[in-house]
Amino acid sequence: MIQVENLTKKFANVRAVDDISFRVEKGKIWGFLGPNGAGKTTTMRILTGYLPANEGRARINGIDVGGDPGAVRRMVGYLPEVVPVYSELTVKEFLRFVAELYGMERKKIRFAIDRVVEKTSLQDVYGRLIKNISRGYRQRLGIAQAIIHEPEVLILDEPTIGLDPAQIIEIREMIRSFKESATVILSSHILAEITQVCDGAVIIREGRLMATLTRDEWGRNLEIVTAAPVGDEVCSGLRQSFPAVSAAAAEGSVLKLEFRETLTDFNPVIGYLIQKDVRIREIKAGLEALYMKIILAETGRAS
Amino acid sequence: MRNIWTITKKELKTFLYSPIAYILTAFFLLVSGFFFYNILAWANDQTMRAMQSGYGMERLNINQMLFQPFFSNMTIILMFLLPMLTMRLFADEKKMRTEELLLTSPVRLSSIIIGKYLAALIIYALILLLTATYAVFVFVHGNPEALPLLVAYLGLFLLGAVFIAIGLFASALTENQVIAAVISFSAIMLIWVISWVGESGPGAWQGILTYLSFFSHFKNMASGVIDTQDIVYYLSFVFLGLYLTRSVFEFRKWR
Repeated sequence: MIQVENLTKKFANVRAVDDISFRVEKGKIWGFLGPNGAGKTTTMRILTGYLPANEGRARINGIDVGGDPGAVRRMVGYLPEVVPVYSELTVKEFLRFVAELYGMERKKIRFAIDRVVEKTSLQDVYGRLIKNISRGYRQRLGIAQAIIHEPEVLILDEPTIGLDPAQIIEIREMIRSFKESATVILSSHILAEITQVCDGAVIIREGRLMATLTRDEWGRNLEIVTAAPVGDEVCSGLRQSFPAVSAAAAEGSVLKLEFRETLTDFNPVIGYLIQKDVRIREIKAGLEALYMKIILAETGRAS
Repeated sequence: MRNIWTITKKELKTFLYSPIAYILTAFFLLVSGFFFYNILAWANDQTMRAMQSGYGMERLNINQMLFQPFFSNMTIILMFLLPMLTMRLFADEKKMRTEELLLTSPVRLSSIIIGKYLAALIIYALILLLTATYAVFVFVHGNPEALPLLVAYLGLFLLGAVFIAIGLFASALTENQVIAAVISFSAIMLIWVISWVGESGPGAWQGILTYLSFFSHFKNMASGVIDTQDIVYYLSFVFLGLYLTRSVFEFRKWR
């Protein structure tokens, strides 16, 4: 479990993180969402004990990060934004080094390496020098080093950045599988990634907490941009045909739907609209609509 | 202890996998070999003259004529060599962003610092050991005294240990290896020549500055005189270097 209370971090005169509080329950995956420079990396660095906070505190499984850094670090696996690898070592040597850093017993190290190599599919590059492996393998090695000591909490800073679509899907699958054994926080500025992988999201901007959303909240929203404004009869038709739809209203050429329960599959609704000859331009799944609303509302207030 | 060794092992690996260690060793042996040859030729020449003329025979001492000037020259080489050995220790970690891995691991900061320090010290000891071949030649062809020679080697080792501690500190200051080398070289140089200021300064300063300089302490050991005061000086300098390195990290955290 990760608890963050009123966390603040100042760099000179800038408040990189400003009074952020949230909590992630055990076995959940949460996303850190926000534009570049929002304070995602700084917050993660505080959680891993790399940086101290100026105010507030962060606790991992109830232990204060500032109070007992050693104990916290043993529980946390961390993938920084730039994968921290020594290019002059081989994959095998590097993983062994990390396992030793985490104080693993000699006998267990070999099994641990085998386990993470299999989990992250590094078999093909196992004996190669890190400087000679591709970007995708490098990222997987980054994840491998983060999970080698079987951490209870995983902190992944932009785990899919710079990867091709196939690799991104692979890494997302991998992250989802960590849920069985760990609590995960990952940062991203890709909304689709958060929607697909996470149980909840913390939206931050300029160091401040803008919103905390759960899957339930964004799973109940759908915005559909249509070619022409949708008539009232389609809206009422939706409400009647789908008991899950609690509200349906057209604002200009945007059809806004709300649901009573979290939906994983919007296809029947889309099918209904197509049947009614509604020409769909764009479908914004819940989080995207909410995110834009939150970020835009803030910009509006500021100006 | 195991944590320290983990770091040391990794550092030794990176030293040995990169060409730097080999190039530095070759450079060191080449230059020190050149000095040794020259001093040996000079000592031979002096001996021949003394034997022919019959004067000054009692002053002929191979330790004093050969090893003392040789060790003085070695210190100059070390001043250039060791900053190049230590410059990458922390600077490279920072540049490659691997520092984050070390500092978020359960290994304590002091273990990381000591581990890296030991690695550089081991490489230095190995290089120094290679120069012992010169001494072996002298033992085969002459009869120098072994004890003063060992003391001089100990002095050289301790002096290098101080240089490495200074280099480690300089490396923690920056992410640029060249800057790290320049800082440590300048610092070593300044502390070396501080005794010159001492000699011309007012009374109280004279003693302090001369004590601070490497020079006065190395002179004793190079001539085979072992004094606990000198050893305490070197060890406290090493401790200071490591402590300052630690402070750099503590300071950076809160900046």
